[in-house]
Amino acid sequence: MLEQAFQGTKRYWTLVGFWVLVIVAGTAAFSHQLIKGLTVTGMSRDVAWGLYISQFTFLVGVAASAVMVVLPYYLHNYKKFGRMVILGEFLAVSAVVMCALFIFVDLGQPRRVLNVLLYPTLNSVMFWDSVVLMGYLVLNLVIGFVTFDAERKGAPPSTWIKPLIYLSIPWAISIHTVTAFLYSGLAARPFWMTAILAPRFLASAFASGPSLLIILALILRKYTRFDPGKEAIQKLGTIVAYAMVVNLFFVLVELFTALYSDLPHHMHHFEYLFMGLHGKSTLAPWMWVSGLLTVAAVVLLVIPKVRKQENLLAIICLAVIVSIWIEKGMGLIVTGFIPSPLGGITEYTPTGPEITITIGVYGIGFLILTLLYKIVVSVREKTEQIR
Amino acid sequence: MDESRRDFLKKFGFALLSVGGGFPLLRTIASASEKELRTGAAVSTQWGMVIDIQKCLSEQVRRACIEACNREHNVPEIPDPEEEVKWIWSETYEDAFPEGIHPYTADYLKGKPVLVLCNHCTNPPCVKVCPTQATWKREEDGIVMMDMHRCIGCRYCIAGCPYGARSFNWRDPRPYIKGDLTPFPTRAKGVVEKCNFCAERLRKGQEPACVAAVKNIPGMEGALTFGDLYDPNSEVSRVLRENHTICRKVSLGTGPNVFYIV
Repeated sequence: MLEQAFQGTKRYWTLVGFWVLVIVAGTAAFSHQLIKGLTVTGMSRDVAWGLYISQFTFLVGVAASAVMVVLPYYLHNYKKFGRMVILGEFLAVSAVVMCALFIFVDLGQPRRVLNVLLYPTLNSVMFWDSVVLMGYLVLNLVIGFVTFDAERKGAPPSTWIKPLIYLSIPWAISIHTVTAFLYSGLAARPFWMTAILAPRFLASAFASGPSLLIILALILRKYTRFDPGKEAIQKLGTIVAYAMVVNLFFVLVELFTALYSDLPHHMHHFEYLFMGLHGKSTLAPWMWVSGLLTVAAVVLLVIPKVRKQENLLAIICLAVIVSIWIEKGMGLIVTGFIPSPLGGITEYTPTGPEITITIGVYGIGFLILTLLYKIVVSVREKTEQIR
Repeated sequence: MDESRRDFLKKFGFALLSVGGGFPLLRTIASASEKELRTGAAVSTQWGMVIDIQKCLSEQVRRACIEACNREHNVPEIPDPEEEVKWIWSETYEDAFPEGIHPYTADYLKGKPVLVLCNHCTNPPCVKVCPTQATWKREEDGIVMMDMHRCIGCRYCIAGCPYGARSFNWRDPRPYIKGDLTPFPTRAKGVVEKCNFCAERLRKGQEPACVAAVKNIPGMEGALTFGDLYDPNSEVSRVLRENHTICRKVSLGTGPNVFYIV
């Protein structure tokens, strides 16, 4: 099965080569960061976390969203997802790997990363987050390969995998919940200290993850002989529609509480995010774009006629991904630090090396995804020829 | 590979994993329950400090404190304010006490500089979040300590501290240390540091460097008072009994052990 990743068309190798180039650039930038320290990034005394931790947060969502195909298929026996499930699980695998790497490149002393396991600290949410993320990676790798291997052989998967599949469902919820707890338990940061952070994370994850899956499925159908199925894509579209509506609702609930209560220390963060404070407003235009895309996506998604046209659906999905990426991958983490506990307003802009490292980590993720999807596509193409 | 060998490898791998993953965890659980027993006995000492804001309006006093601390701990002087390392420094009254101001706050406080440092909280949020126990509350004297050799530089403690008391070494700090090095170990890039209430001086029976520095300035006795809060006869306890004092962000429940006379 694995050998399928080592044989392919010129187009496949070009894609692999492209990711490798991206990774090489990222690695070079990372060595620069290793030598100079995190001073090469845009982070500062006031804004202690930036692009890396933001990408981590966004990608935990992508990883968790695999549950949106696993749950209907295994719990509700929704057969149409039969060809989609493995794509979701392998997307989760590559997303979790990227999450781990984003934490790694963010550390001041990356060589000491194993201290988290050597001195396990039960009262630190970060310890639990690394436990649930690693567990989720193992679960998806095992479940993905075992079920896919069985499918290849035309036999039902071994029975011992069933409990693991059921376990993976609450586990997916847990990874994004624990990730939200990283932030929402900090009294020092009123912007994050809200009980709705975890539900919001899950809603935006269940919108952005399946959107990405739809786009990947459409790409696979266009460039390979593997078709995940029109109905499966439509069902994912419905899931994105619901999740996006719930996401918008949660955001509005959050905004109401913050703005109507008028508590200055909570409000300031929202003011910075949408209007800017003391003339500093780098994030504001981005957030308005994100907001407009969210509203547009919700309006278009709830109209079945629009959603059912695959070309339009693809564009809407792109809008969903961009909107949630801006919200989680740019705004959410940084704004928790602005203003600082001492009232300082220090803005944050990522630097060249920081962006290169970030793209490099995405390169690793997409390389893994390319290899895994190649295996899936080649095996499926073969088995379908035989049948 | 024949089945029995495969089976053996599987079992061996599993055993290795459970030993490798299990032991540190067991150790933590064991030490956690042990800690509970030990804290049951009353902690004998809690170091604390009282800062007299009016006396510290003197630029000379504040500079003496900051310079003594920087020299004692080899704190670098990095010109870029975004990468500064600070153990004790000045903030305006309204930034230090955001809940203590209103439009009619007296002129002798509004915009005035106040010395700030780590509060060595009774319930420190930075300790709670640290994933490696690189920062902890020392049981015998309540100092929030920092192990710069264990710190992985994740900066979770910086996110958790409501006082901005922690600094990260964004770059190698050594080229920025002014003057000759003192015995206190210098830091590497990529770790977090902060005020340690001069644990290294207390061990030798000396007062913290900032407190000692102020003592030499005539007329400034009592600008900084340091001592054991649990000892009713200590100077710091007397000052707290006799003056109205405030602390920073009490509503957060962190229990700061640095107090201010307004």
